[in-house]
Amino acid sequence: MAGSNAVRFARRAAALAIGIALLAPPALAQNAPAGPPSDTTSAAASSVLAAPAPASGLTWSDVPNDAGRAVDLQWTASPGEAESPGSVTLYVIERALLPGGPWSEVDSVPAGTLGRTDGTVRRNTDYYYRVTAVGPGGRTPALSVTGPVTARSHWFNDTRWSVLVFIMLFFAFVMWFVWQAQSGKKPFVRRIAGIDAIEEAIGRATEMGRPVLYVPGIQDIDEIQTVQGLIILESVAKLTARYQTPITVPVAYPIPFTIAEEMVKSGYLHAGRPEAYDPNSVRFVSPEQFAYVAAITGIMLRDKPAAHIFMGSFFAESLLLAETGFATGAIQVAGTANVHQLPFFVVACDYTLIGEELYAASAYLSGEPKLVGGLKGADLMKILIILLVVVGCALETAGVHWLTEAMRAQ
Amino acid sequence: MKREFPLLVTALIGFFMILSFFVPHQAVSVPADFLQVCAVIVVAFGYVLGGANALRVNFDAIYKRQPGWPYKIVLVVSLLAMVIVGAIEGKGFQGEGTRFTWMYERLYSPMSATMFALLAFFIASAAFRAFRIRTLEAGLLALAALIVMIGRVPIGDWLTGALPPNLRLSAIQEWIMDNPQNAAKRAILIGAALGVMSTGLRVILGLERSYLSGED
Repeated sequence: MAGSNAVRFARRAAALAIGIALLAPPALAQNAPAGPPSDTTSAAASSVLAAPAPASGLTWSDVPNDAGRAVDLQWTASPGEAESPGSVTLYVIERALLPGGPWSEVDSVPAGTLGRTDGTVRRNTDYYYRVTAVGPGGRTPALSVTGPVTARSHWFNDTRWSVLVFIMLFFAFVMWFVWQAQSGKKPFVRRIAGIDAIEEAIGRATEMGRPVLYVPGIQDIDEIQTVQGLIILESVAKLTARYQTPITVPVAYPIPFTIAEEMVKSGYLHAGRPEAYDPNSVRFVSPEQFAYVAAITGIMLRDKPAAHIFMGSFFAESLLLAETGFATGAIQVAGTANVHQLPFFVVACDYTLIGEELYAASAYLSGEPKLVGGLKGADLMKILIILLVVVGCALETAGVHWLTEAMRAQ
Repeated sequence: MKREFPLLVTALIGFFMILSFFVPHQAVSVPADFLQVCAVIVVAFGYVLGGANALRVNFDAIYKRQPGWPYKIVLVVSLLAMVIVGAIEGKGFQGEGTRFTWMYERLYSPMSATMFALLAFFIASAAFRAFRIRTLEAGLLALAALIVMIGRVPIGDWLTGALPPNLRLSAIQEWIMDNPQNAAKRAILIGAALGVMSTGLRVILGLERSYLSGED
């Protein structure tokens, strides 16, 4: 037993020795058995392994339009980068609270990079920076230190003034039309076939004695399409309450779920049938995309709703839902502003609300002049944008760039 | 007051968040960040309500022997198993090598991938319907789709290799994608963006108040 242990130990020691030999750098492996090196070899080795020349000219600037959390740093490359390529492999940016240190490493960038933004600073704090060139021969700190460097907070992001002007204009347009609507002038809104079809679909479900399935998208409440889907839900619930048709609302996230419950309750209340509200009609399913799909397709195939209404934000599940729904023969109305999912809904659904029509649906369904006024404001804004696009194209074609530059926002 | 107070809170926070888009100063950005973190805490409570609803709805379906009730048993057992195993694992339940992760990766992920894989078949059936040429518009759509599909694979250039570069299928499909397709997409996006602003404004100003529920 002891003998076999000794053999095992000897084998491990041999393997370790072989491993060390294999891991040794080639230069060391070649030089090791050769005895004292000749003068030529020594000179070549020292030129390769010499520490790089330092970087210089470190300058800084406060990052504009931020909350004082970043500074931009620029420097001049080490002369070694041009003179002997490979002598500098990277630059290490170091920072200290005092000019004499202690220095802490902030970041490192590969050779050839001459600038970096340090986004880890505290606002209104003085820092000192230096750049250290690092190469196979070692590290060379810059000869001078730059500082004090201070990041300051800004009160206005001046790249966003064009956005501010547009928002102010838009708000003014909307308020103007809302005020007009309140004073009795109801704005005209064209017929939107997709929204009209919602009532038709609910009517058909009522005739067939089957439920309505309403899907408010797959995203959380921070997605405005989900908000819109939930707002439309109230009008849909009001219709189902009036027609005495059951509604099923599977929801993916908990906050939209609680709001959906309120919306359906509210719809039944406003239809004058609060007692008909079924607490099981709104169901929390799962935020997991395909678990949600499985649940909804299961409802489609088991409960056979006669109308499927998809309103909100959808991704890859759009076609899975719409095609399964198509196979069941239900009338389907969809609405989304996710451009890439629109073709799937157009193909598989009977009616599709495209982009802005989704946002117009709640105003259209409620018919409230105040809400419809908001649509007119958006229309006026669209005309303005179209004019700006046309003028911008003409100016760019003529080589005039000021409008494009003015519209640029970060 | 029952409706006015939530409307006031919505308006104040809504305008404050708009302000934070234009004012990077810490006097605005720090409270704005804090408000966003608060949303996460609210969501955590929402999951309790959501979980309770899932259990109630499914227990009810099992009790009433509704169609497909055995599947509800599978759902309830799976739900409870994940919750219990996650609770036993403790704080690092989503970490590498935990039983919770094993269940997620070995049970849920393959099922999820299976659902996703069905998309290929659904795309085929949907495409079959979409490209039936019944009208002039449908014909144009089918033609554009054919050019884009063939132009994006090597056979497109092989078929039209003898033509000048601008007339090859790859060049034509690129033109279709960059010009008519992009123009239509941007038009939808601009309209949708204005719809977003319009909806946001209606909610902030209290014009859209259905989300508050209850009687007016």
